[in-house]
Amino acid sequence: MSQKEKKDIDDRFKKFGTVSFTSLTKVNDFIDYLEKGKVMGTRCKDCGQVFFPPRANCYKCLSSNIEWFEVAGKGKLLTYSKLKYAPVGFENDLPYSIAVLDYGDYKIFGRIAGSVPEEEIKLGMEMKTVVNTLPNGQLNYVFEKA
Amino acid sequence: MGKVAIIGVGQSAFVRGYPGSIRELAFDGFKEALEDAQISVKDIDASIICSAPEYDKQRSPSGVFAEYLGLIPQPTCYLESLCSSTSMGLRMAYSLVQSGLHDVVAVLGFQKMSEISSAESQERMGRGADIQWESPFGTMMPAYYAMFAKAHMEKYGTTLEDMALVRVKSATYGQVNEKALFRKPVAAENFSDPNHFMSGPVSSPLRVGDCCANADGSSCLIVTNKEKAKAMSKKPIWILGLGAASASVNMSGRDLFTGLSVARQAAEQAYKMAGVNPKDIDVAEVHDCFTISEIMAYEDLGFAKLGEGKELVRNKETYKEGRIPVNVDGGLLSKGHPIGATGGSQIRTIVLELRGDAGEMQVKNPEIGLIHNIGGVGLYGAVTILGR
Ligand SMILES: [Zn+2]
Repeated sequence: MSQKEKKDIDDRFKKFGTVSFTSLTKVNDFIDYLEKGKVMGTRCKDCGQVFFPPRANCYKCLSSNIEWFEVAGKGKLLTYSKLKYAPVGFENDLPYSIAVLDYGDYKIFGRIAGSVPEEEIKLGMEMKTVVNTLPNGQLNYVFEKA
Repeated sequence: MGKVAIIGVGQSAFVRGYPGSIRELAFDGFKEALEDAQISVKDIDASIICSAPEYDKQRSPSGVFAEYLGLIPQPTCYLESLCSSTSMGLRMAYSLVQSGLHDVVAVLGFQKMSEISSAESQERMGRGADIQWESPFGTMMPAYYAMFAKAHMEKYGTTLEDMALVRVKSATYGQVNEKALFRKPVAAENFSDPNHFMSGPVSSPLRVGDCCANADGSSCLIVTNKEKAKAMSKKPIWILGLGAASASVNMSGRDLFTGLSVARQAAEQAYKMAGVNPKDIDVAEVHDCFTISEIMAYEDLGFAKLGEGKELVRNKETYKEGRIPVNVDGGLLSKGHPIGATGGSQIRTIVLELRGDAGEMQVKNPEIGLIHNIGGVGLYGAVTILGR
């Protein structure tokens, strides 16, 4: 591979999550925002449709004219589950809980912060989404009590 | 009577660690279907091979199977929709036959999952979800369905005991199904005994006993048109209704966590096409990959009102003698779940039931049967209605 081609590869997304299965995406800026402590979604500038997870393309109007918005405020916990087994590559994270938060205009799938005691987790409770640095240096986001 | 019929069904035993290659595994289900239909391989003019990829090393298995089973030079292709692959294969076979492009089509499903470890298998299955945005959080199938169980329990008061009852029913019939992987009896108390493996936590609230097991297996369906079916078969079983749907792969795109939208949509289509309603179904196979999946299926298919699925299993209405017998072959929970072969096995059971050939699993004189087959976490759904 030539020096020039190497420089052209924007594989920032390989930093997402304990193990990332994707390195190239047009929404790689998501990672830069995480590094700045912000969790961001995208909005179609042509039709206004809001997307989380962020998308580069709008399926409603076929536009690729998108802008970023920050996930702010509180979401409601729709459901969750605490894993006692993990797939290959995630064993060191156990135990952890996956969950879905409802923000009204969009929903977010992610993990509940390890600092939230399980007995305090109740469906319908308000939570916020915050950036999290994993022990292996990778970045993701987690839900904390709002 | 429908326009397209199933004239032969077969499946291998579902096992752990099949002692052979995938082509040999495919042969087992294929041979049984041909013998069941009393036809020869020369009668088949196209084949559809179904599985979920990456569990074995073979890429493009259709060519390998076509050669090994003597199906060349007829056309063959590969079809995948995770755990619902064979039901989608039947849907494609229906259109090939109904269009007149082919007369007799074999739908062959298979999966050999024992070549990799259970944790690797969970990783593969987890990558059947959204690999860009969800898999990096460490997802696996039991955890996704556990989120549905949690939401269902919270909204409708479904209990851990209700889920255990689904497994107890499954084991009742797994014991008499000679093709099933798990043939031991299960008692509800096993789930509250901390020393029993069934009670071990997997992903809250699901326990080991709430989850089906990986397996190796194959299944095969022989599909043909009305004229050929009448000429070739004494007991053709007619395809009366077909429904299929898809949903958001990312859980953030879902509005429903107490049921599966794909099952509701596919059921509505299948009932409409067949001109029947849930009360007309005499026997059903539902996709019980987890105990909660069967309770949600009762509701999604209209066998029970929303939130009342638990009542069916509490009152034994889905037992063989009940109002609507469900999974009287032991279901995925007892048979094991060789992903690509599962739909074909469910369809085989209903065909045998409608023909009166189900042996110890036979329910009394059924005329209309239904198959509910789900791919991924309610990502794909297929509902098929069959009649005599
Ligand atoms: Zn748009």
